[in-house]
Amino acid sequence: MSAAAIQANKLVKWFGEGEAKTFAIREVSFEANFGEMLYIEGPSGSGKTTLLSMISGILRPNSGGVTVKNLDIWSLPADQLADFRLNTIGFVFQDYHLFPRLTTAENVAIPLILKKQDWDASLKLARQYLEIVGLRERAELPPVKLSGGEQQRVAIARAIVSAPDILILDEPTASLDGDTGKRILEFVKGNILNDKRCILVVTHDSRIFSYADRIIRMEDGKITGIMNGSPAGEK
Amino acid sequence: MPGLFRIGYKLLVNDKGKFAALIVGITFAVFLMIMMTSMFSGILRRSAATVTNVGATIWVMDPAVNNVLSTIPLPDYVLDAVRSIEGVKYAVPLYSGAALVKLRNGSYQAVSVLGLDDSSLFGRPELEQGRIEDIYAENGFIVVHDAEFRKFGSPTLGTEFELNDHRGVVVGIAKVANSGLFGIPTLYTTYNRAIQYIPNARFTTSYVLVEPKDPAIVPHIQDQVKRLGYDALTRDQFIQRISRFYMYQTGLGTNVLLMAVISFIVGLSISGQTFYTFILENLERFGALKAIGARGSQLVFMILFQATFSALLGYGLGIGLSTLLIHVAQLRLPSYAAMTTYGNLGLAFAMVLIIAAVSSYIGVRKVLRIEPFDIFRG
Repeated sequence: MSAAAIQANKLVKWFGEGEAKTFAIREVSFEANFGEMLYIEGPSGSGKTTLLSMISGILRPNSGGVTVKNLDIWSLPADQLADFRLNTIGFVFQDYHLFPRLTTAENVAIPLILKKQDWDASLKLARQYLEIVGLRERAELPPVKLSGGEQQRVAIARAIVSAPDILILDEPTASLDGDTGKRILEFVKGNILNDKRCILVVTHDSRIFSYADRIIRMEDGKITGIMNGSPAGEK
Repeated sequence: MPGLFRIGYKLLVNDKGKFAALIVGITFAVFLMIMMTSMFSGILRRSAATVTNVGATIWVMDPAVNNVLSTIPLPDYVLDAVRSIEGVKYAVPLYSGAALVKLRNGSYQAVSVLGLDDSSLFGRPELEQGRIEDIYAENGFIVVHDAEFRKFGSPTLGTEFELNDHRGVVVGIAKVANSGLFGIPTLYTTYNRAIQYIPNARFTTSYVLVEPKDPAIVPHIQDQVKRLGYDALTRDQFIQRISRFYMYQTGLGTNVLLMAVISFIVGLSISGQTFYTFILENLERFGALKAIGARGSQLVFMILFQATFSALLGYGLGIGLSTLLIHVAQLRLPSYAAMTTYGNLGLAFAMVLIIAAVSSYIGVRKVLRIEPFDIFRG
């Protein structure tokens, strides 16, 4: 473990006003470090996704702050916040959100294209990352021709192609069978995690807890415990 | 092409069904619009065919005249009065009327007759066959070789016919810039022969054609003619007056305008709705792009590009289709009055831009409103 990648400080988030006001996050603070695979787990409605969204610069907290690599992200204007997400965070969405009308390689190249990099160079790099996730031969196929596990790996390739410092996986095993889910996490931990990267995983799938370095347990918008992951999951 | 536009292009084009619907919608709207306005332009051009073909600089007429055919004969003194206006190089009478001709096969055919000033033959057409001086020969007439030529029995030099029991002989076959609107052949003869052959009221001069010494003197001539109680219109002014008549007093303009509006609404509905569906179906992915780090402006440019690309493609196809159809129709029906002008193209282009703007506005609003947080929430 090394320096803090993320510092969440007394984050509060509520939705609605007046009688409809509902607290999603209540004064949550924690740190995530480079080289660490940190899980956020808890039952549905516990605030995991809300917390993840605030950490990644997507949802503004009502109070509290988030510092990523010593940068107070919520002090940034909208465009710079978008640039922050593009340059610092890699997302793997629960439903992948791959574009079915683009090839697999083009899907992976999207972050590079958003960074205004050359089209051919972006595709070349995307194919290299597809090779890393073991899908080089699928590069020219549309995502709909791939299995769920393969689509997950494409989403991972898209998330890491721009070399982000922080990788966020939202319920990575929700649409996968047990074995495939484990293989994906094994792959992420073995090939994607390094000393310069921090990986946050939101899940309630206890079958993959063994790959976590630490596990933050949430309930009713609060952290109820921070545990070390299983030794089986250590790098 | 920037990478983001390329992504936008692929998202659009690879969704073949929606892309086809979008293009068909815009093409159809442009096609209808161009067809309607071209037909209208063609009708307007033909309605002023005599003015264009005769080519006089100034036309003197009764103020109540609003198209070439509805002439109100001018008293004889008008010609002399106009000739005496300072700045008039020369002024000649023109007879314009309609008559019924009995052809060699015994059938009758309505014709338009133009009687040219005997001494100058001002406004004479260019001849394809024959010599212009033969118009002075006994019973000499010149037939215009236009779309209606066949209705006159496709005559040759020497072909005879009857006009109000007078013998007529074709001594020349002419070509003119524009065919007339009313689908009847046109004959040229001398002014005196025209008023002799065709029954007339007390006065016989339909128009006085004026050539000024200097273009700058035209307003002065118009002013002087106005004092006589008549109108002196330049060629363009007369064409405009005729156009206004057909546009506003015949219901033709209103109908064409209605059709243009309907085609615009059809195009807007089809393409707007299709584009909206396209955006809706990709909304989550646009949200994902925002989450990944796409700026709002990048997504707006991508949508604008998609809308503009579709609009321009539909515009091009619509123009191509309408041009082809007009061309084919004119091959089959020489008298088919349709003419695509820069004005028609401009109008259709403006309409297509509005369709693109409205469609993209709908899409942009949707995309800018989507919160990346919704993507996480699922």
